[in-house]
Amino acid sequence: MQFFFNFGRYLVLMKKAFGRPLNFRYFLRQLVAEIDAIGLNSLGIVAIISVFIGAVLVIQAGYQMQNPLIPAYTLGYGVRESIILEFAPTIVSLILAGKIGSSIASQIGTMRITEQIDALDIMGVNSASFLIFPKIIAGLLSFPFLVLISMMIGITGGYLAAVLWGISSSANFIAGLEYWFVPFEIVYAIIKATFYSFLIVSISSYYGYYAKGGAVDVGRASTKAVVYASVAILLSNLILTKLILG
Amino acid sequence: MIEVKHLCKSFDDKQVLFDINAVFEKGKQNLIIGQSGSGKTVLLKCLVGLFQPEEGQVLFNDRDFTAMNEKQKKNVRKEIGMLFQGGALFDSMSVMQNVMFPLQMFSDMSKAEQITRANFCIDRVGLEDAHSKLPAEISGGMQKRAAIARAIALNPKYLFCDEPNSGLDPKTGVVIDKLIEEITQEFQITTIINTHDMNSVLEHGDYINYIYKGKLWWKGDKTNFLATDNPELQDFIYSTEILKRLKPSR
Repeated sequence: MQFFFNFGRYLVLMKKAFGRPLNFRYFLRQLVAEIDAIGLNSLGIVAIISVFIGAVLVIQAGYQMQNPLIPAYTLGYGVRESIILEFAPTIVSLILAGKIGSSIASQIGTMRITEQIDALDIMGVNSASFLIFPKIIAGLLSFPFLVLISMMIGITGGYLAAVLWGISSSANFIAGLEYWFVPFEIVYAIIKATFYSFLIVSISSYYGYYAKGGAVDVGRASTKAVVYASVAILLSNLILTKLILG
Repeated sequence: MIEVKHLCKSFDDKQVLFDINAVFEKGKQNLIIGQSGSGKTVLLKCLVGLFQPEEGQVLFNDRDFTAMNEKQKKNVRKEIGMLFQGGALFDSMSVMQNVMFPLQMFSDMSKAEQITRANFCIDRVGLEDAHSKLPAEISGGMQKRAAIARAIALNPKYLFCDEPNSGLDPKTGVVIDKLIEEITQEFQITTIINTHDMNSVLEHGDYINYIYKGKLWWKGDKTNFLATDNPELQDFIYSTEILKRLKPSR
């Protein structure tokens, strides 16, 4: 019952959030600030995680592919597929759900409990649209780039680990990267990432927007935002994968 | 003028406000007083439209706010300024940006005119040196003054203040009360102040509405206030030893 209540209220909030901005120039300024907060400020963590995961993937895959019957290019091929299909869009989004989701929920939640949202409402500003819409658009614009960057850095990390530790030769690894490459896989990853960005921003905004009480409750809202955004990502990952590749 | 007719408000099964009827006049400081939990904040939130009452009307110069759609309410909201208990300044914006905000959203002014108006409001509340400061960098009293500057930026017809001097030292509290009084008279605003500070009531209240257990228990002007024979109001007024000494003997 609680699920249906929350889901209904979430849909109503999203309808409100997609309202026309009152002042378009002000909206653009907010959008730039949100792209900075959601996109640029996440570059560091995305880069660090991607390079290490790429390297670890290569070491683990290299360990399991010591059989001489397995072609030498398989390592590069496997790493490419893992990173493009699953790691870059889904794992990076799960990590960003923690970073961005908690930040959005606590920011909007604090505004709620300090009556800043009431102040917007009383002025006649659509608080949902004012606070949430720029974040959603910034997420939709930033996530595909973050995922593309994650793919590049992840594969580079894997390549460096393979070559530097002698797990594979440079030529074999690159041959694997090029082997049977389907460009649609990149599109598939971007579609997933775009969808996840909407889930992360909207779910976190929902829990922040309806926070009540004090600092502890904002903390709880923030935790719920991360948990439910992560569950929503995993569930939608299954559905999207089945729909697009199944 | 704001008129409230037969206003009732409940939360789930609990009724919080019972058949409130009141008139808040222009150019006067209309006080809503009462103990914590009596329903005065709920009443104030019903008046500004943050809560929708189950029954009754809130009339802003004969316009029924409770029966309006969102678009019509938006037009009335442009005439409302509100001072929140904690100031509710946008903490990512400077004092100047906070005061500019309603002008940017709702006025047709040019950028230069907006700056002139914001400067006037900030100077009017005595924050000449705080234009570029963030809310976290200024004191509680200064935050309240900045919030007043933001509330009057669009020349409101109605000013709502929720416990304007709570959390302030007595001297700063008096400064805020005095500022609200001056602004009310200077701009002929209908001001409604929600308070339980007896100093504010006795010094600055033009008309007083006492809420007791969700009902409008007593209303009248300052002169009748101290001489009331209403036992619940007497109990509220003379709750401290100092005030008990001021109680007129009969």
